[in-house]
Amino acid sequence: MAEMTMIKAITDAMRTELKNDEDVLLFGEDVGYYGGVFRATEGLQEEFGEDRVFDTPLAESGIGGLAIGLGVTGFRPIMEIQFIGFMFEVMDGLAGQMSRMHYRTGGYYDSPITVRAPFGGGVKTPELHPDSLEGLMAQTPGIRVVIPSTPYDAKGLLISSIRSNDPVFYLEHMKLYRSLKGEVPEEAYTVDLDKADIKREGDDITFVAYGAMVHSALKAAEQLSEENIAAEVIDLRTVSPVDLDTIIESVKKTNRAVVIQEAQKQAGVAAGISAEISERAILHLEAPVARVTAPDTVYPFASDEDVWLPDHNDIIEKAKATIDF
Amino acid sequence: MAKHKYETFQILDENGKVVNEDEMPDLSDEQLQDIMYRMVYTRILDQRAVSLGRQGRLGFYAPVAGQEASMIGSHYAIDKEDWIAPGYRDIPQLIWHGYPLWQSYLFSKGHYKGGQMPEGLNALVPQIIIGAQIVQTAGIALGLKKKGNSQAVISYTGDGGASQGDFYEGMNFAGAFHVPAIFVVQNNQYAISVPADEQTAAETIAQKAVAAGIEGVQVDGMDALAVYAATQKARQNAVDGDGPTLIETLCYRYGPHSLSGDDPTRYRTSEEDDEWEKRDPLVRFRKYLESKDLWSEEKENEIVDEAKADVKAAMKEVEETPRQKVSELIEIMGNELPNNLQEQLEEYRAKESSE
Ligand SMILES: Cc1ncc(C[n+]2csc(CCOP(=O)(O)OP(=O)(O)O)c2C)c(N)n1
Repeated sequence: MAEMTMIKAITDAMRTELKNDEDVLLFGEDVGYYGGVFRATEGLQEEFGEDRVFDTPLAESGIGGLAIGLGVTGFRPIMEIQFIGFMFEVMDGLAGQMSRMHYRTGGYYDSPITVRAPFGGGVKTPELHPDSLEGLMAQTPGIRVVIPSTPYDAKGLLISSIRSNDPVFYLEHMKLYRSLKGEVPEEAYTVDLDKADIKREGDDITFVAYGAMVHSALKAAEQLSEENIAAEVIDLRTVSPVDLDTIIESVKKTNRAVVIQEAQKQAGVAAGISAEISERAILHLEAPVARVTAPDTVYPFASDEDVWLPDHNDIIEKAKATIDF
Repeated sequence: MAKHKYETFQILDENGKVVNEDEMPDLSDEQLQDIMYRMVYTRILDQRAVSLGRQGRLGFYAPVAGQEASMIGSHYAIDKEDWIAPGYRDIPQLIWHGYPLWQSYLFSKGHYKGGQMPEGLNALVPQIIIGAQIVQTAGIALGLKKKGNSQAVISYTGDGGASQGDFYEGMNFAGAFHVPAIFVVQNNQYAISVPADEQTAAETIAQKAVAAGIEGVQVDGMDALAVYAATQKARQNAVDGDGPTLIETLCYRYGPHSLSGDDPTRYRTSEEDDEWEKRDPLVRFRKYLESKDLWSEEKENEIVDEAKADVKAAMKEVEETPRQKVSELIEIMGNELPNNLQEQLEEYRAKESSE
C-alpha cells in the first residue's frame, strides 16, 4: 500500500487500466503531452505512447463524438472534460447519445465510455469551472454518475468505471485532489459502482452526502458527538443510481435524515433522495427529511464562494433542528 | 484553393521598415503615436497584473504580452459605438473601449460589480466558455443590422477556439444572414499546451472563412499597422453591408496561459520564446515611429509612469469595494425574485446581519 493523494490515485487507476487493456484510450484537451491542467494524466503519454494517450483539438462536442465512435469500434475511451462547466458543449454527446446507445440498438452497441471531469467549489476557479452539475446528468437515464470522496475509492471506482460497458460520468472534486491522502493498494482493485459506503456509524440521525460534503458531514458528526448526538454518515459514491437500500436501512435505525449536497437546492440529487426516503420510510421518520444545499443562484463569483457553499456548521444546524423537531 | 490569398499580410517588418507601402493605412502622426501609447500602456498593465496576481491580489488573469499589436491594432480600427464580444484574455480591448480598469480587477477577483458595464459601453463580459462569444456575435450583428445601425461587432478568440463548433456556427450564421461581424482569431500558437498545428490540419485558420462564404485574411499579429489595416477594411465591409470577415492574427503570448498554475516551459522552448520576442510589436513600432521622429524615450517613460499610477489608483478602488454578500447575489438573479429566492433572500439577510 502507498499513501496517495486523490489525484495520484486517479492517475494510478488510469495507468492500471491502460496497462491492463489495450483497448483503453485516454484523450482530451491538454491531457497528452502536458499531462493535464491538474497533472491527472502526467506521465501517461510517455508510458503508453501517443496512440493511446493523446490531445484533441479544443472542442468538447468533438471529444464526445470521438468517444462514441471509438466505443462502437471496440475501444474503451476515457475522455476528459477539462472542467465540468464545459460539459454543456457536449451535452448532446453525453445526455442525448451515449446514454441511449445500448437502448436504441437493443444491446447491439455499447458506450463503454468513462467521462472524467473536475468539479467542485472552494478553490476559486473562474465561473463555469466549479459548478455541481451532477444533478443534470443524474436526471438522464442511461448514465451512471460516480463521485469519489477518498483516494481509495477514487482508484477503485475509476477502475470499475473504465471496465463498465455502460457510460460513466466520473466527477473529481477539485478541492479533494490534493487536500487529503490515504492508503491506496498498488495493484488493481475495484470498488462496486452503485454501492454507498457507511463512513461513520450512529443511531441518532443519518447524514447522506457525497464528494467533498462527505468530509463536512464527518466534521459535523464529530462535533455533534461531543453533544452526545451520534450521526451516521453515508457516502453515496454513486449519485445515479442511488443506493437506496443502504439509506433506507439507516433511516429505519436513526429515524431522521439530512441530505447534503454542494449544489443549489433546486439542482440536485438531494431532492430525489428526500422523496425516496419519504416514499419508502415515512412511518419511520420522527421529523421531515432536511436538506443542506447552496441557494438557488448561479454558482457565485469566486470571491464569495466560501460563504455560498454549505459547510459543517450548516449541517450541524440542520441536524439539531431535525432532532428538536 | 488559391493559397496566395492566405499569405500573411504585413506592413512593418521586424525592423520597423515599411514593406507594403500600398497598404499603408491613412493615419495621422497623432494616431500613430496613440497606437504606440496604447501598446506601451497595455504592456505595463500586463506586467503589473502579473505581479499583482503573483502577490495574490488579483484573481483569474490571462497574460497578454506579445499580443498588443493584435489587440490594440484591431481595436483601434473599430468605432466607439461598435460592439465587442471578448474572450477572457481580451481585457485590453475592453479597457480601450471604456471599461474601467478597477472593474477589470473586480472581474478578475470574481466580484459581480466587475460585470456591470458602464452606461453606453457596447460590450459583453469577457467570456470564459470558449466559442460562446462567437455565436453570440452573429446575434449581435443581426440585431445591429435589423436596427439599421451602421455599427459592427468584433469578436475575439484564440487558435484553440477556432476548433469549437461554435466558431463554425457563428461564422456560418453571420455569413448566411450577411451581417456586420468581424471574427478575430488571435493565433498565439498555443491553446494552453497544445500547439496550433495540432488543432487543425488546415494551413491557416484564415482559410476557414471559405466554408462560411465570408472573407478571410491572415495578418502578422505582431504588426500593429497590418492588424489595423485589415480590421479597418473588415469594419468598412461590415458597415457597408458587404458581410463578415475572419481575421487570423499570427502572434505569441510571452507569458503563461494564465496565472493559475500554467508552466509554459513544459511545452515550449526558450529558443522559441526568443524567436518571437525578436518580432516584438512594441520594438517594431517604436523603431518605425523613431524613424519618423515621432517617439522618444522620455515620452515612453511618461506612459509607463502614467500606467503604473493608474494601476495603483484602480487597486485602491478595488480594495475599498466591500466584499459581496450572498444576499446581493440572490438579488441579481433576475428582475423579479421568484418565491424560492424570496425565501432564501430573507434567510441569508438574517444570517448576514447576525455575523
Ligand atoms: C468550452 C471550453 N473548453 C475548454 C476551456 C478551457 N480552456 C481555457 S483556455 C483554453 C485554451 C484556449 O486556447 P486559445 O483558444 O488558443 O486561446 P488563448 O488562451 O491562447 O488566447 C482552454 C482549453 C474553456 N474555457 N472553455
